[in-house]
Amino acid sequence: METKKITINDFILPIIIIALSIGYGYYVLTYPVDTIVSNYLSLPLIFKMVRQHFYLILVSASLAIATSVPLGILLSRPMFKRVRSLIVGIVNVGQTIPSLAVIALFVGILGIGSKTAIFALWMYSLLPILNNTIAGMTGVSPFIIDSAIGMGMTKVRTLFFVELPIALPVIMAGIRTAVVINVATAVIAAYVGAGGLGDFIIAGKNINRWQILLLGAGYASLIALLLDHILGVVERILTQ
Amino acid sequence: MIKIENVTKVYPGSDKAVVQDLNLHIEKGEICVLVGASGCGKTTTMRMINRLIDLTEGRILVADQDIHSVDPIKLRLGIGYVIQETGLFPHYTIEKNIATVPIELKWDKNRIQERVRELMGLVDLDYEQYAKKKPSSLSGGQKQRVGVARALAADPPIMLMDEPFGALDPITRAKLQNEFLDIQARIKKTIVFVTHDIDEAMKMGDKIAVMQDGKVVQYGTPHEILTAPVNKFVENLVGENRILKRLSLITCGEQQVNSPIYNLPGDEETLIERIAQNERLSTHQIVGIAGEEKTPLGYIPLFKYDRGDSTPLLDRIVTPPLTIHQNKTLFDALGVLFNTGERGVFVVDDEGRALSFITMTDLFEAVQ
Amino acid sequence: MLELFSFIVKRQSKIFELLGQHVSMVLTALLVSIIIGTIIGYLITYNKKLAKVVIYFCSMLMTIPSLALFVFLIPFLGIGDKPAIAGLVIYTLLPIVRNVYVGLTNIDPAVISSAVGMGMTGLGITLKIKFPLALPVIFAGVRTSVVMGIGLGAIAAYIGAGGLGEYIFQGINRGNNNMILTGALLIALITIIVDKLMQILQKKAEGMIR
Repeated sequence: METKKITINDFILPIIIIALSIGYGYYVLTYPVDTIVSNYLSLPLIFKMVRQHFYLILVSASLAIATSVPLGILLSRPMFKRVRSLIVGIVNVGQTIPSLAVIALFVGILGIGSKTAIFALWMYSLLPILNNTIAGMTGVSPFIIDSAIGMGMTKVRTLFFVELPIALPVIMAGIRTAVVINVATAVIAAYVGAGGLGDFIIAGKNINRWQILLLGAGYASLIALLLDHILGVVERILTQ
Repeated sequence: MIKIENVTKVYPGSDKAVVQDLNLHIEKGEICVLVGASGCGKTTTMRMINRLIDLTEGRILVADQDIHSVDPIKLRLGIGYVIQETGLFPHYTIEKNIATVPIELKWDKNRIQERVRELMGLVDLDYEQYAKKKPSSLSGGQKQRVGVARALAADPPIMLMDEPFGALDPITRAKLQNEFLDIQARIKKTIVFVTHDIDEAMKMGDKIAVMQDGKVVQYGTPHEILTAPVNKFVENLVGENRILKRLSLITCGEQQVNSPIYNLPGDEETLIERIAQNERLSTHQIVGIAGEEKTPLGYIPLFKYDRGDSTPLLDRIVTPPLTIHQNKTLFDALGVLFNTGERGVFVVDDEGRALSFITMTDLFEAVQ
Repeated sequence: MLELFSFIVKRQSKIFELLGQHVSMVLTALLVSIIIGTIIGYLITYNKKLAKVVIYFCSMLMTIPSLALFVFLIPFLGIGDKPAIAGLVIYTLLPIVRNVYVGLTNIDPAVISSAVGMGMTGLGITLKIKFPLALPVIFAGVRTSVVMGIGLGAIAAYIGAGGLGEYIFQGINRGNNNMILTGALLIALITIIVDKLMQILQKKAEGMIR
């Protein structure tokens, strides 16, 4: 029960991750295997790619949250009961489609570019959040809503002060899933011109330098672990 | 206080009325229990009072005001509402749960906190220990106490309770029922109480409305329902051992037919006279004997003594004396007698002073 | 649309070849994954603490972006089938390990004690009682793994494993929309169909123990 608060343990993994990132970055910049690597890599470039990666994730995730949470709340209202099961069915099918296929579909339709990448990331991360918002909102015990209304709370206040807070941990779990998927999908999205850490992987493979390959793969992995961990802690704190 | 007049409820898309032409007048300060099988319309009736369900025909007056002339939010804020334990907000502390309605009414902070303390005291929950906890760390019984406190928060004159003790084990349930009756004796709310359990209805209700197929088949005091069920349905509902159930409607303190108590010292002469009289009757009568300050001492079986027996009265007393609190029912008294095999039990007040003496014969007479 | 259709018809032999590669890659990995996953899942039922650690470790592996994981394997296994299959195995292990563990540990203790009471021994209980009862849960894990495996198999094309993903990557390189769409649509279709088929099988498995 008392694990709700943030403890020292919660900082261990982030510290390890940050130490590893700084350590590897320092190593690659200081001891490049050859001039090709040293010519290609620079500290500003690393910063730029990390920033681009975060930008991709944050923009697509915020767009996904901004669209699917309100949509999920709307669909959880009793009047949309019929549409809801249809949408949930479509969302479930959509979630089984592999990320690469989703990106490729959009590229085939919209062409290559960072906008396509963001669009694909947004569409793909929309699904888990929408799914969990609907599940969280419809999972609130009808007894609780009944007693809120019965005591004289307005519908709007019941929604914001009772239903949403109770559904929040489930919604948060959906956001966490979406963000972790996004970190991974963003790596692939570099291939269609999104930029970010995936560029290191592409460049590293093209010029066949493992230091650059590992920089891209390693940093992407560490970011995924870090965000998963942070959102996991947030989720735990929100859970009753 | 609550007048339900010719009320009918038909759900949209259905041609069958859930509640049909229902009339019910609930007096101020009374607990009115709606009892019946599931689907009889009892919950629908209750939920129409705070407009959680809109009625189709007829009208409902609360404090002489048509509820449809009042804003539903205002109406509900003035009516306490208790349902099964799941109605508590899991993300709020106990304190905030209880403060729900005062917060909606925008009371100031100090007033709310004071009121929460007062209410937690009323339902016997320690403020320091529980106020900051979440409902998930409470037992079922404690949750239900919080539910009652929450409904009482803004001191509404009316309370609606839908199977409030339904999710509890029998022992906790009985305990909470008793406590709630104690609270009600002090606060005198007008209460509509829904249950499917006839025994609970008998225990909690000042009046009982037995419902069947959306209609009230009988409306009356528990005593009336037990002694004069209007039809076979009500008779079956109250069950076979109606007589025994009637015993549980009368508290020992109310009991009219009692055997006498004699004080020793003080009543020696009347007692000897009484013994002398009884020898002619040879009934199995006993009398209770109380000492100084009305302390129960034991009983003397009258049939045991022959004329001229010179055993001192004090030595004739059979001890130890059985006692029962005046708030317990005659059914409890019967239990005490059965469990011990004794013939009589003293009814005592809070200080343990003997008020009356009840024997098996008295119990028989009470239900005749 | 018509153009895409005629493209598929024209290239059908190549498409079937890629499909075959994809299927055999995913199946090989899954076979390994199911065997290792079941053994690990079973072994960790003996030690709760170890189980927690193993499952936590597996879920951390899952967090790692799939493309990055394949890349990590290149220094050790080079390029081609081997790192692809190894990556797939690592990735598909978690759902199987977790579900085997959960399935085996969530069996009603009364069932086990009645088996003991009837004189069954440890191995007999495991094989005749525990695993059959855990089957639906284990199957659900396998289903997750299969669906994941198909998607990862597509990404594995990037490190030269072939399969339908190859069409996507090549299509992007050459700017050939027909190739991209063919790859994407086929992968999407196969995942959906396989998922639905497995769902039906899962329901059957659930029906068996009821």
